[in-house]
Amino acid sequence: MMQDVKNRSVEKNSRRLFRNDMIFIVVLLLLVTAFGLWIYLVRGEGDRVVVTIDGKEIGTYSLAEDVTVEIRTGLQNEELNLLVIKDGKAYVETATCPDGICSEHKPISREGESIVCLPHKVVITVYAENEKDAPDIVV
Amino acid sequence: MRPATKKLAMMGLCTAVALVLAYIEALLPPIFHAVPGIKIGFPNIIIVFVLYRFGFKEATVVSLVRILVISFMFGNMMALVYSLAGAILSMLLMVVLKKMNFLSVVGVSVAGGVFHNVGQVLTAMWLLGTAELGYYLIVLTFTGTVSGIFVGLCGAGLVKRISKRLK
Ligand SMILES: [Zn+2]
Repeated sequence: MMQDVKNRSVEKNSRRLFRNDMIFIVVLLLLVTAFGLWIYLVRGEGDRVVVTIDGKEIGTYSLAEDVTVEIRTGLQNEELNLLVIKDGKAYVETATCPDGICSEHKPISREGESIVCLPHKVVITVYAENEKDAPDIVV
Repeated sequence: MRPATKKLAMMGLCTAVALVLAYIEALLPPIFHAVPGIKIGFPNIIIVFVLYRFGFKEATVVSLVRILVISFMFGNMMALVYSLAGAILSMLLMVVLKKMNFLSVVGVSVAGGVFHNVGQVLTAMWLLGTAELGYYLIVLTFTGTVSGIFVGLCGAGLVKRISKRLK
């Protein structure tokens, strides 16, 4: 009898936790989706990309002109990220970093999008007109 | 065996299993191929198990030893910084949520998975001086939720099956 009551309360509790889990997950995903949509709507196509190495700006390239840029890093400039701008989009064609995350990233063209190479500390970010001096804090 | 020795042996075993899981995961092809750099985090199954079966301190130790060993074996020091930031933030949140007794193992694990990513991205934003990385968090929250559910279900299964006597 005691065991029965105990089992029932354990079951009730686990059902409560399961419901809370569901609510938590749904709310979390809704918030993030709303955040993503908001960013997507607020931000349009950019017109140029800015390349930084370890936070220092090394160049700005217009998305309107097709161009290929060798981004060199490392002590003897032995590391490479090959930035390609084509048809208004920028992407990393090849890279010597161990993870290859930057070269797998999809082409970027919308304001604020970026490709990051953590091993080389290279960040490529899309900007739009007059936005350069006041980048939004996204998080 | 003395209880303390038994516990030490168990912690060693858990750490070893976590390392093996990390190694296996490194061998597997990436699961979310569209978004690079994302893993399920198999070793987190062990972390969640240790957190629920033994406690906060034990889980923290296993988690830190795992990260240090993996970084020295496969990674570089940058990876170590990101992993540590992610692991510490995720552990703190999981401990608080577990204490609140509001979510099940799965919910706690989802929060842990998502905030593991948050910790890593915040560290990257700070180290690279770019706020734009925040975009990654949107995608990472979804993948973190999926892997958190998986890790939570596996962890809950272990907690249920592996008896308290091992304590
Ligand atoms: Zn890279």
